[in-house]
Amino acid sequence: MKFVIVGCGRVGAALAEAFDAGGHEVVILDLATRAFDRLSGEFKGQALRGDGTDEDVLRRAGAEGADVFLALTEGDNRNVMAAQVAVEKLAVGKVLAKINDPVRAAAYAELGIATVCRTTMLMDAILAFLGQGDTGMPSVIAPVPHVHAEA
Amino acid sequence: MFVLVVGGGKVGYYLTKELIESGHEVVLMEKDRARAAQIVDELGSIVVAQDGCEGKYLGQAGSNRADIVAAVTGDDEDNLVICQMAKHHFDVPRTIARVNNPKNEELFRHLGVDEIISPTRMVLGSIEQDIPVHELLHLAALENELEIIEAQLQADSPAVGRSPGELQIPEGCSLFAVVRDGVATPLRSDTVLREGDKVIAIGKADCEVALHEQLIGTQLEDSSV
Repeated sequence: MKFVIVGCGRVGAALAEAFDAGGHEVVILDLATRAFDRLSGEFKGQALRGDGTDEDVLRRAGAEGADVFLALTEGDNRNVMAAQVAVEKLAVGKVLAKINDPVRAAAYAELGIATVCRTTMLMDAILAFLGQGDTGMPSVIAPVPHVHAEA
Repeated sequence: MFVLVVGGGKVGYYLTKELIESGHEVVLMEKDRARAAQIVDELGSIVVAQDGCEGKYLGQAGSNRADIVAAVTGDDEDNLVICQMAKHHFDVPRTIARVNNPKNEELFRHLGVDEIISPTRMVLGSIEQDIPVHELLHLAALENELEIIEAQLQADSPAVGRSPGELQIPEGCSLFAVVRDGVATPLRSDTVLREGDKVIAIGKADCEVALHEQLIGTQLEDSSV
């Protein structure tokens, strides 16, 4: 399988290494080359410097037709935009965006993007530890099948 | 009309000012508190000092009753998200986004933003107007993806010596005026076109290739530029 990851933070780098170790083809992008320091010397995938919201950059990275696309930068809106380019322009099979704002996370699931919300996940973990129930919201929201409304 | 402006930079500030002066109800969202306070001093308490990308605050600023949301921050991805949240989450009838990277225009339209304003494209357009190229020039972008286009006819252009009635103008496109020796006149179906004429047309961007073929010739790329 081919994995494209935008954002080489802790989560992005660790996932890239895991997929690579599992024998998959991995491309990871970040705006800062320094971010790639997080990758271990054993990582055999591609690490590219570039803007993951830019369609041309993503095409050059070979994102078109990839099996999995993960948008994991620190910016909710960058993740949203990158994910939408992957869905609408690059025909990627499975697309997931990290969105820390719960309202935006739910809204974008309705727009056809799977979203993962750190805020909800952390709250659930802490509430469970304290035995105080849960937020009642899923940590990963599957996309609602969505036919894009043309303007 | 109730207009929600997001982004209190120069564009957002002057837009808000003008809208207030023309009697509209306006709320401006600016996440930088110092900047927000400065605008309050100048324009009054119409500023919500919060991030307009955040669903909660967009709701608090009254987006569910806004007639128009104008996203004019300096970041394309923020403007996209503001418009999409406004449209799909708060049912705002009309959304306007400022787009800095011209490459994003098409994507934003595709993703449902109603109106795209591209300062880069505008400046580019006026620079191109000063260069005598054989290509079509974009004079202005209107709503519904319509554009006003100018085509300057060359000696070898197929339209020279013919009238609009004899040309096959693509559907959804209309030739409406001709500028000859600096004088603009309405284009009639029997006006015979000459070399040097600037034909002004209005139409969708996808008519361009056909229009180019009819007015200027088949070669879209001109090496003499």
